[in-house]
Amino acid sequence: MEITDKMVAKTATKLSAEDIQKGKVLSVKWTPNLKYAWDNGPALGRYLAELKNGRIIAKKCNKCHRILIPPRMFCELCWVPTGEWVYVKDTGIVNTWVISYVDWKAGRLDIKGGVRPFTPAVIEIDGATKGMGILHLLNEVDPWKIYRGMRVKAVWKPPEERIGAITDIKYFKPVE
Amino acid sequence: MTKRVAIVGIGTTGFRATTPDVSYRELTYEAAMKAYLDAGIEPKDVDSFVSTAEDFFEGYSIADEYSPDQLGAVLKPIYTVPGDFIHSLASAYMMILSGIGPISVVQGLSKASNMLTLSEMVTFAMDPIYNRPLKESPHAVAGLEMARFMYETGTTREQIAQVVVKNRRNALTNPYAGHGVLVDIDYVLNSEVVSYPLTQMDIAPHSDGAVVVVLAEEETAKALTDKPIWIRGIGWCSDTPGLETRNWGEAVYAQIAAEMAYKMAGIRYPRKEIDFAEVNDEFSYKELQHLEAMRIFRKGEAGAFTAMGGTEINGEFPVNPSGGCLGVGNLYELNGGLKVLEVVRQLRGEAGKNQIKNVTTGLAQSWRGIPTATGTVVILSN
Repeated sequence: MEITDKMVAKTATKLSAEDIQKGKVLSVKWTPNLKYAWDNGPALGRYLAELKNGRIIAKKCNKCHRILIPPRMFCELCWVPTGEWVYVKDTGIVNTWVISYVDWKAGRLDIKGGVRPFTPAVIEIDGATKGMGILHLLNEVDPWKIYRGMRVKAVWKPPEERIGAITDIKYFKPVE
Repeated sequence: MTKRVAIVGIGTTGFRATTPDVSYRELTYEAAMKAYLDAGIEPKDVDSFVSTAEDFFEGYSIADEYSPDQLGAVLKPIYTVPGDFIHSLASAYMMILSGIGPISVVQGLSKASNMLTLSEMVTFAMDPIYNRPLKESPHAVAGLEMARFMYETGTTREQIAQVVVKNRRNALTNPYAGHGVLVDIDYVLNSEVVSYPLTQMDIAPHSDGAVVVVLAEEETAKALTDKPIWIRGIGWCSDTPGLETRNWGEAVYAQIAAEMAYKMAGIRYPRKEIDFAEVNDEFSYKELQHLEAMRIFRKGEAGAFTAMGGTEINGEFPVNPSGGCLGVGNLYELNGGLKVLEVVRQLRGEAGKNQIKNVTTGLAQSWRGIPTATGTVVILSN
């Protein structure tokens, strides 16, 4: 059934922006205060601590022999505790990437005004098992010149600015 | 005739106020490994998995997606129930009955220590138009209910305090419990008032931990274990969410959930046919209110019976031999898991110093906490 203007006039109460601004209609505002403090555990904890040192660490499964990154205390496929810690490189290749014109809040970036699009990418890290890597950002590269299999390297924050977080790596950039 | 389903494996980390050394992943991994070892299976033998998680408590939207790895459930049939652990148990039970496969696994987790604004998370569960603008504390809601329950049943604060004394003492001899302590009634009555008549000691402190349970259909169960613990009846129920219109004196949700489970189990006189119960005691008075709702005691009798020691481990009808939520800790969506775990340990004769003699049938009951009116019940027999 089509909703006509006549039906709207008969049944609906029209609201203007002014009605809301002037408080003529009930408006409830609630900002939820939801705060968490996730315990890292040994795997994520060491991974973050090593990022602060400017290094990327993985863990090896002694059953399937995969070098797992990010490291974990158990292999999710073999269902066994993982074995030794293994340092991997801060270089790798682009598995997949995107040229994003919107930010994480779905807001439009002012591309025409000269803002660079976001270029998130999955980087397969050298030294880890193929297909394993880090979801991060690419920069210092023309977004339209990124290609699958492009070799990239981490650009680290200066040591004094690192806090033990994934953002201790600023982004990955192409290497010759 | 309906197929029979049994619990054939249990695993837990135990429960502590904080667990800073491990993430939620390692917590579940430990409980799962123990449960699979207990059942004599590997994750590849499992036909379906059910995890239990409330997004706001985990701090992820769609927390479901973070369940498979630590259960050995990657690329297997799994889904998450955002309710109580016993809701998940019912779901796994139904999956076995519906022929998905003979083995199903249920998981639950609490990382309550990671929730920094717990009270505000619970307040966020209240209605945004009717209730939230008044800025009631969740504990005020419990206080309102406690007051009405005392008025309708004639239960005294001293009788309710005895629940705290008993449960926290039971926890001292339960190696899994994190909040055991010896106190007397005066200590409970004189603890800091939160929402009168509710005092600090009437409220279960929170705990972290994980529980994993393995279920199997009869033939498989008998092949796997000499001590299958049979699911005889299961029930769940929700009252209206309205704080304005619900029944404040009685836990009707627990009554109807219990009647559903009794009917399935063929139980007519629960007090006679059930040997002991693990019931939700997130607030001290809830233990008594739930017992009366489930016809274990008549209205107004649970308090007096408790005061006389009738619900002690060596009493006529033991209640919360584990120490309950008051002594083990409030585990939120895992509360039902603690109850099931303890009933299984009792029925297997593995409850150590807290073992009740000669038990064959136990009841595990849970509630989803403030501000809900949702309850779950399962009846288990050895």
